[in-house]
Amino acid sequence: MNAGNVESFEIQYQKIKRNLERLCIETKASAVLLIDKAGQLITSAGDTSRLDIPSFATLSAADFAATSNLADLIGEHDFRTLFHQGKEKSIYVSLIADQVILAIIFPKESTLGLVRIKVNKASTELETLFENIFAALESEYAGTVDQEFIDEAESELDSLFE
Amino acid sequence: MSLINYSSKEINCKIVYYGPGLGGKTTNIKYIYSKVSPQNRGKLMSLDTELDRTLFFDFLPVNLGKVKGFQVHFHLYTVPGQVYYNASRKLILKGVDGLIFVADSQIERFDDNIESLENLGENLSEYGRIMETIPMAIQYNKRDLPNIVSIAELEEILNLRGLFSCEGVAIDGIGVFEPLKFVSKEVLRNLK
Repeated sequence: MNAGNVESFEIQYQKIKRNLERLCIETKASAVLLIDKAGQLITSAGDTSRLDIPSFATLSAADFAATSNLADLIGEHDFRTLFHQGKEKSIYVSLIADQVILAIIFPKESTLGLVRIKVNKASTELETLFENIFAALESEYAGTVDQEFIDEAESELDSLFE
Repeated sequence: MSLINYSSKEINCKIVYYGPGLGGKTTNIKYIYSKVSPQNRGKLMSLDTELDRTLFFDFLPVNLGKVKGFQVHFHLYTVPGQVYYNASRKLILKGVDGLIFVADSQIERFDDNIESLENLGENLSEYGRIMETIPMAIQYNKRDLPNIVSIAELEEILNLRGLFSCEGVAIDGIGVFEPLKFVSKEVLRNLK
């Protein structure tokens, strides 16, 4: 793996983390999550200790995919944002760089307007960071998984799925 | 495509169970859930109708543990088999890394298997993916039922590519882990 790429990736990643942490504080959110469109968590900020993250990530991606198809039925490309309002907590979901889903879980003490404004602001910065990170990922993909990794993983698989 | 997260040191792979309605895809996942130790799996999530038919998907995260410093996760999904749920079926295929086709061995379901396999190819092509390039295995399920098609006939029609295949009685766990193990290993090799 190229050390320069790793550094570049790490820097971008840390910037994203800081961006999310700031967004979490500014919107008074309990948690902010970044999820890819296949339903896998990329990273998060805030308190996610009581959250079933794999389920949340999967359902958020499915939710987004389903509403994109709804959008298509009325001639829209997709809906850039979704909002689910609850009594105590709500979820605001927004699409970043066309590939990443940003989900914000916020309490009734915060407001949709505030969340929307702060997300719009953060989105621009996040989009640039993600474009850089996608480029870094491309170049780093090769090399992480070598034969040794595969042998070890296969032996784990054999014992797990007995 | 499998997501390698370098900072949190995680690798996530998505495996989808595909096949005709009521063929036993959910049964496969439920059996896996019951057999994998709780430390290695998350919650089994099912989005189904009151009639026990999968409406959106079933989802089971399985954790392989740490491999060379990376946490390796397999996310298992089923799709709804019913023909009229194609919109949600297509969504689940997004970013798929491996496929397990659960065929129903019963004579009266023979055509449904063919239709489902064709539908899989069509849905993948809409994402610009080619079925032949994705790790895949076939399980011929319900081998315990009396009215079934022979394996030779099933192979001839459904397995033109000579993919890994096995007989299954998913409800009893027969032939459940073999295709999963095969596809998981192929997915890992594809990461190279």
